[in-house]
Amino acid sequence: MQLEQTIKSKRDVWSLVTIAVLGAYGLFLVYPLLNLLGQAVIDKATGRFSLAYFQRFFGKRYYFNTLLNSFKVTFGVTILTVGLGTPLAYIFTRYKIRGKAFVRILIILSSMSAPFIGAYSWILLLGRSGVITTFFRDSLGINIPSIYGFTGILIVLTLQLYPLIFLYVTGALKNVDNSLLEASDNLGCSGMRRFFIIIVPLILPTLFAGGLLVFMRSLADFGTPMLIGEGFRTFPVTIFEEFISELGGDDGFAAAISIIAIIITTFIFIIQRYLSRRKRFTMSSLNKIRPIEAKGLTRIVIHLYTYLLVGLSIMPQVYIIYTSFKKVNGTVFVPGYSLQSYADAFNKVGRAISNTLIIPGISLVVIVIFAALIAYITVRRRNFFTNIVDTVSMVPYIIPGSVIGITLLIAFNKPPILLSGTMLIMIIGLVLRRLPYTIRSSVAVLQQIPMNIEEAAMSLGSSKTKTFYKITVPMMAAGLIAGGILSWVTMISELSTAILLYVGRTKTLTVEIYTQIIRGNYGIAAALSTILAVLTVISLLIFNRVSKGGEISM
Amino acid sequence: MSVSISIRNAVKKYGENTIIPDLSIDIRDREFFTLLGPSGCGKTTLLRMIAGFNTIEGGDFYFDDRRINDMDVSKRNIGMVFQNYAIFPHYTVRQNVEFGLKNRKLPKAEIEASTNEFLDLMKMLEFKDRMPELLSGGQQQRVALARALVIKPDVLLMDEPLSNLDAKLRLEMRQVIRDLQKEVGITTIYVTHDQEEAMAISDRIAVMKDGIIQHVGTPPEIYHRPSNIFVATFIGRTNLVDAEYSTANKMVTIDGYEFGMDNLSCESDSPVVLSIRPEDFQMSKDTTEGIKSRIADHIFLGLNTHYLVEFPNKQTIEIIHESVMDSSYKTGDTVYLSIKAEKINVFSKDGNRNLIRAA
Ligand SMILES: Nc1ncnc2c1ncn2[C@@H]1O[C@H](COP(=O)(O)OP(=O)(O)OP(=O)(O)O)[C@@H](O)[C@H]1O
Ligand SMILES: [Mg+2]
Repeated sequence: MQLEQTIKSKRDVWSLVTIAVLGAYGLFLVYPLLNLLGQAVIDKATGRFSLAYFQRFFGKRYYFNTLLNSFKVTFGVTILTVGLGTPLAYIFTRYKIRGKAFVRILIILSSMSAPFIGAYSWILLLGRSGVITTFFRDSLGINIPSIYGFTGILIVLTLQLYPLIFLYVTGALKNVDNSLLEASDNLGCSGMRRFFIIIVPLILPTLFAGGLLVFMRSLADFGTPMLIGEGFRTFPVTIFEEFISELGGDDGFAAAISIIAIIITTFIFIIQRYLSRRKRFTMSSLNKIRPIEAKGLTRIVIHLYTYLLVGLSIMPQVYIIYTSFKKVNGTVFVPGYSLQSYADAFNKVGRAISNTLIIPGISLVVIVIFAALIAYITVRRRNFFTNIVDTVSMVPYIIPGSVIGITLLIAFNKPPILLSGTMLIMIIGLVLRRLPYTIRSSVAVLQQIPMNIEEAAMSLGSSKTKTFYKITVPMMAAGLIAGGILSWVTMISELSTAILLYVGRTKTLTVEIYTQIIRGNYGIAAALSTILAVLTVISLLIFNRVSKGGEISM
Repeated sequence: MSVSISIRNAVKKYGENTIIPDLSIDIRDREFFTLLGPSGCGKTTLLRMIAGFNTIEGGDFYFDDRRINDMDVSKRNIGMVFQNYAIFPHYTVRQNVEFGLKNRKLPKAEIEASTNEFLDLMKMLEFKDRMPELLSGGQQQRVALARALVIKPDVLLMDEPLSNLDAKLRLEMRQVIRDLQKEVGITTIYVTHDQEEAMAISDRIAVMKDGIIQHVGTPPEIYHRPSNIFVATFIGRTNLVDAEYSTANKMVTIDGYEFGMDNLSCESDSPVVLSIRPEDFQMSKDTTEGIKSRIADHIFLGLNTHYLVEFPNKQTIEIIHESVMDSSYKTGDTVYLSIKAEKINVFSKDGNRNLIRAA
């Protein structure tokens, strides 16, 4: 049954919700974006329209190169993650792997940390004075190639992001019917050929969707190139520096670069939508692919591949946790172990920990409430206005985090709405960025709930509002909370928006870790990273509880 | 308090599509009234207009003399039973049944008493603290019925409530619903596309097609005197045979065979269509009276045997006879068919009008 016309959609409580949601988006997203555009194209001195900032950007190699660099990184990472993640997902679906459950947890964990922490760990391992580099140089006389620059960014982001592809593809493979594999076997197409001819085309839309996510994440990532990029500057780094630099920091120019970023991501998004829409299949599998025991060489190869890839990606985390227990003297690690780093961490930056509970905590509540309401109006009350809500709420999905930060700052750094420096602005930033994901998971949950159940409630005399919170919300609850927890995990490890919006009082763990790394306080950074990792693990355990072993989706 | 329902000139549109062009019905107090029709004819749509889940593009809906067009769903005091039961999965059986009573802010003791009464009536008392997921389909349907009836609604609306059940349970629940409706004495509108179910359960049936009511009547009325060819073919099985009617001697002629029909309202000689149920043929080898035909095939089905018989003009007719041991009718035999004229229906050539004058 189509839901459009059901129930008189005259003025009711849902119209009010729609208006309120539209108002909130208007104020906190549309207005700041328009404002940003204004900053970018209006000359401050004359108040006239001018494309001077854009000319400056495209006129100077220095700036333009950052764009090229970003593309190099982004395309490289997207291709590599698809190349690494897809086979891993296939192996996991098709074969029995020893310790599969545990390996799966490691994959998820390695994707859930902040990329810049990975970068920093790789520097400790393979950097100029990294342990592995030193070991090879001093003991074996071998010089390991430099990790800094393009290679480093590529490695870090690939190892960080391939789990997204893994999760997406595993999900898609669940819908591929085993009989398809058997049929193709039967028709003489098996092994690798079958993988490429049968499986890949079927999961192509998923690959596009996963690829887009990886693309957006790696394009927007700020911490990794900042730490490990050295001379290799990418887009978010430039935006950040132009905006922050105290001398000659120029809002207008940063705004122009942000606009360019948004245009690019929008373009990519549209291409992705177009491609995956053309290649969509409806699949439902009665007969899921069952993992089989691999034999001989295959067995060795798939195990080696799995363990090596997952081992590499979890190694930075493990190493950080290890160093957090090392003895420090000033800012250098010395032989021996102690809990000094933790003591220092709590003494110096206890506030960052509480901020990390409070800011993402409040954001989480707001996100869950908004996601539930928005999902409801966009699914159950389709009309012109809720369609606008649907579109607008997805906009932040394609805006890099640092651009969101700048947009909010430029809009709200002066009266009448002065929010810069408050917790509120950080909450708004997080909510805007995470809502698209939680809305989508809530929509999926809501679509599973038959409309009839709400109708039954109303026919039994329950008002619309009451039906929503007594019937719909409880039925959505598990899905909503599960989606919320995943949002929470990404919010506590978020850096690129927070780094722009924080002030001393509102520093979060990630910002603090970043600052400590920059200052060279590796002990404290490691201790804080470990605390962050523990928070993440606990959250994921709760997620597992709530979703009863459900899928992780991003 | 049960009510009568009256619908005047109802119109339903989805965008440009008119689903129900102009529909009027009167449903009596305490009547078991069924909407029957093929898939997509607008049964659910009409039911949901009465319930208040669909907008109404035109016409007036009355419960007794209250116009309900603009009344909120939650104020209409209807009990509704859905095809998928729509049991609240996060409530126990008892909580499900209590839900409507709580919305009416009744005293606690009364809520408990009514809940128990209806759970008992539906033989579900022993399951009252179960979660719905642990119930079978039939049990869920009983909970849905209890939940709908416990609020003492003015009207009970059911949209294909049995179609998710297996054949045996369907028969059982059909009886449960029928008995319950009589016991509670509530005006009921029931939607189904299963004509046998409709016949078995209803006081009156409205046969619908393309959003238009074709015939309203008791089950025997619509079976024996369908108002047009659509109803005749939709309800039960029938053979449609072309014939000629002559007003002079009030005779109907099929392929040379003539018989008298003096109850037709037909002004001039004209071609007509006869609807003859398979049981309304007489088959004989002993006379040469009747239409000379050939048995093309026969199918033994236990109680009855179906014969496929070919007319001289090659039209195939289905005939049902009670089975007998050592039947003398075999495939290939020539037989003479006569017609029980008082049982058949005669329609105008376009099929829209039953020409038989009401007795
Ligand atoms: N929300 C809607 N939007 C547009 N068209 C609709 C909508 N709901 C129903 N229709 C159309 O209205 C017509 C009648 O549908 P309805 O569901 O009332 O049929 P029905 O008689 O209940 O059929 P069934 O026996 O299959 O349940 C169909 O053509 C259907 O496609
Ligand atoms: Mg229907």
